[in-house]
Amino acid sequence: MTIWLAVIIGSAAVYSWKIFGHLVPQRLMNNPRLLQVSSMLTIALLAGLVGIQAFVSKGQFHADARIPAVLVAVLLTILRVPFVIMVIVAGLVAAGCRYFLGW
Amino acid sequence: MHSGANTKATSVSVGVATGLYGISFGALSSVAGLDIWQTMALSLLMFSGASQFAFVGVVAAGGVASLPGAIVSSWLLGVRNGFYAIRIAPLLKARGAKRFMAAQLTIDESTGVALSREETKESKLGFWWTGAAVYVFWNSLTFVGALVGQQIGDPSQWGLDAVAAASFVGLVWPRLVDLASRTIAGVAVVVAVIASPFVPSGIPVLLSGLAGIAIAIFIKPKVDS
Repeated sequence: MTIWLAVIIGSAAVYSWKIFGHLVPQRLMNNPRLLQVSSMLTIALLAGLVGIQAFVSKGQFHADARIPAVLVAVLLTILRVPFVIMVIVAGLVAAGCRYFLGW
Repeated sequence: MHSGANTKATSVSVGVATGLYGISFGALSSVAGLDIWQTMALSLLMFSGASQFAFVGVVAAGGVASLPGAIVSSWLLGVRNGFYAIRIAPLLKARGAKRFMAAQLTIDESTGVALSREETKESKLGFWWTGAAVYVFWNSLTFVGALVGQQIGDPSQWGLDAVAAASFVGLVWPRLVDLASRTIAGVAVVVAVIASPFVPSGIPVLLSGLAGIAIAIFIKPKVDS
């Protein structure tokens, strides 16, 4: 599969939810339980991505400078620092740990 | 009570703030191996932050072999837009081509601003203005980010791999509002990390999603009305 094909299919797949919600009759989908499970699915997928991006490298568990960076990211998010500043500081923490500490 | 000018001002500031994430998305997409036009196509066509970050995150971890996993991850993360659409459609009452445009602009921010207004007229205004503002700023700043990303040789030297991890922290943390959501997030992290050596890349995240659904169904966290 080429990247272009995946970009097009993925975009169409995401749009399918959006247009489905606008076309489906209200009563059919207005189910709080379904809404709740879907919001838990969102959390699980995003958390899974945190795990992969923070602790995995080339398919293996790998602890490195990303871990202090993620801890700083969590701290700054709790402190309600704007997203952009938070990710930049996290990147600098990782870069700094690698440059100065050789992690 | 919100005035029209107030709603428009809110919409534009939300658009700018959200657009700024576009820089980090564009840069991450470039270092994941997508060219500028593929990166722009994601922002223009997919236009849903979490789905886009997931797509390039999975590709960054697993390369071209993980593209099917990238598609499924971004698709599953798009499901909440469908629920937003169900809530927002009766307020907008859009018909014809306008309805298809409304669908594309149905994201976290446009829905959030629309639902925060008391009058239907203001909700409609907030939805369209926020959707348009986010679309404009998100796409222009994605382009800037992609250009920056092209200039970066070794992403890890600049801490860009940590930027990816931090992006997902920023997306998930505000959603961890109760014990059930925190439990699911914790389990999801562990599942993804443990599964990684044993399944093709792209799959661990989907296993996290499955684990999340299983917990949500069987433990039945309390419904907040």
